[in-house]
Amino acid sequence: MSSSSIHISSSPSVSENAAGSTFHEVDDLERAIPAIEFRNVVLAFDERVILNNLSFKVMKGETKIILGGSGGGKSTIIKLVLGLLKPDSGQVIVDGEDVTNYTEYQMMSIRKKIGMVFQEGALFDSLSVYDNVAYRLHEQGVPEDEVEPEVRRMLRFVNLEDAIDKMPIELSGGMRRRVGIARALIGDPKIVLFDEPTAGLDPPTARTICELAMKLRDLEDVSSIFVTHEMNNLDYICSEYAVVDDEGKVVFEREGERLCLINSKVMMMRDGKVIFSGTDESLRRAEDPYIKRFLRGH
Amino acid sequence: MNFVTRALLELQETTLLATRAVGGAFKRPRYVAETIAQMDAIGVGSLTIIILTGFFTGGVLTVQTFPTLKSYGAQSQTGYLVAISLVRELGPVLCALMVTGRVGSAISAELGSMVVSQQIDAMRALGTDPLRKLVAPRLFALLISLPLLTVLADVLGIFGGWVTAIALYSVSSSVYISAVRDGITTDDLIGGVVKPIVFSLIIGAIACRQGLGTEGGTVGVGRSTTRAVVMASIVVIIADYFLAKALQVILGTQ
Repeated sequence: MSSSSIHISSSPSVSENAAGSTFHEVDDLERAIPAIEFRNVVLAFDERVILNNLSFKVMKGETKIILGGSGGGKSTIIKLVLGLLKPDSGQVIVDGEDVTNYTEYQMMSIRKKIGMVFQEGALFDSLSVYDNVAYRLHEQGVPEDEVEPEVRRMLRFVNLEDAIDKMPIELSGGMRRRVGIARALIGDPKIVLFDEPTAGLDPPTARTICELAMKLRDLEDVSSIFVTHEMNNLDYICSEYAVVDDEGKVVFEREGERLCLINSKVMMMRDGKVIFSGTDESLRRAEDPYIKRFLRGH
Repeated sequence: MNFVTRALLELQETTLLATRAVGGAFKRPRYVAETIAQMDAIGVGSLTIIILTGFFTGGVLTVQTFPTLKSYGAQSQTGYLVAISLVRELGPVLCALMVTGRVGSAISAELGSMVVSQQIDAMRALGTDPLRKLVAPRLFALLISLPLLTVLADVLGIFGGWVTAIALYSVSSSVYISAVRDGITTDDLIGGVVKPIVFSLIIGAIACRQGLGTEGGTVGVGRSTTRAVVMASIVVIIADYFLAKALQVILGTQ
C-alpha cells in the first residue's frame, strides 16, 4: 500500500454505515441504474443555446465533476436536475424516473431525494443556522426532539456545531457554504448537487468543502455533480479519497495502488457542449487547445 | 412585445400566481404561523401610518368642506360629508395606497432579494412551494389586515373631523355625531369593506409577482419594488372606479 495519509479531519462524525458503504457488491442491480442521466437535452433562452444535445450519466456513488468557463451551461445542468428549469427537448432522468415533464408538485417528491449546495450558500436570512439546517425536517413535520440530534449530526459533519445559534449574517463566506452543505445533507439524500461551492473562497476553506464532497462520495455512497471552474477542486477530488481509520477518524489519503477506489469522472463543457468526458488523467493528456489553456490557466 | 401584450401577459401571470397560492393554501403543510407573522408585520406594523393618515384626512376634510357648507348654510352636515367621503372612498383608497407604499414595497423587495440570492431556488430545491410558503401567507394576511385597517382609518377619520369641527369651527358635538349617523348607510359599510378585500388581493398579488419575477441582481430588486408600488397604486385606483360603479349596481344605490 503506497497511499499516504495527508490530513486528518477534526470531525469524527459520519453516519453509522459510513465505513461499510465504501465497498458494495458489484452485482447489485439497483446500482446499474444511473443516479442522473441526461439524454440529448437541448435548452435555449430566446436565440441563445445554453445546452446543445447534452447526454451524460452519473452512476450511483459517483462524483461527476463538471468543468468549464463561466456561461458554459454548467449551473443550468443542476437546475434541470432539480426541475427548476425544463429542457426544450431531450430527457432528464433522476434515479430511474423520467422527470422531464414532471409538474412542480411531482418534482417535490424527487427533490426530497436530492441535496443542493448553492454557490453562495443561499441560506435563508431570516432563519438561524439551526432553522436553516432543520428546514427540510420542519417542512416534513418531523418532531422537534428528532430534529435537533439530526441537525447537530449534520453540523458536526461540516465542523460547525458551535455556530448552531448564529444567524447567517454572522457567518463568513466559507461557513455559509458549509451550513449550506449541512442543510443539503439533512435527510441523507443519495444525490447531492454542488454549484461552484468553492467560488471566491480562500484555499484552506475550499479544501474543506472538497473534503466534505469526498467524504460524501467515499463514506456515504452519495452520487454527486460538482460544478466548478477551479482546477484545485479537481486535483483534490480526483486524487484523494476518504477512509475511516482504526480510531474512527476520517482520514484523506492520496491515490496510489487504491486508485480504483476514487469514483470520480470529469466532464468539460464549452458553449453548451461536452468537449471532454473521462478521467482526470485523460483530461490532462487531452490535446484540445481550449482544454490545455483551461488547465494551464492562461 | 408591445405594451398591450405585455400588460395582458402580466395580468395572466399575476392572476395565476394568486390563484395557485390561494388554492395551495388549503393543502398540507399549512403555514399558519407564517400567516400570523405576516399579519403582525402588515397589520400591526401599519397601525401608526394608518392612524395618522385616517385622523388627518378626516381633519382636512372638515377644514376644506366646512367653509363651503357654511356658505350654503349647511354647516351642520359636516359630519355627514366627512363620514360618507371616508367610508365610501377615502378610507379604502388611502388605506390601500398607504399599505401599497409600506407593505407592497416591502413584500416585493423581500421576495426580490430572495430571488437574487437564490433563496427561492433553495426553497424549491428543499421541496417547498414558494407560492404556498411565501405568497399565500402574505395574501391572506393582507386579506384580513387591510379591511380592519380601513375600518380603523374610517373611525379615526371621523374622529379627526369631529376634533377639527369642534376645535376650529365650534360645531356642536351632538350635531356632528348625528350627521355622521345620518350619513352612513349599511350599503356604505358593505362597500367600505368589500373594496379593501379586493384591494388587498391586488396589492398582494402584484407585489408578490413583481418580487418573484425579479431579474438582474440588486438593481433588479429596486426596479421590481418600484414597479410593484406603481402598478399596485394605479390598479387600486382604477379598480376603485369600477368597484364603485359595480357596488352601486349590485346594491341598487345608483
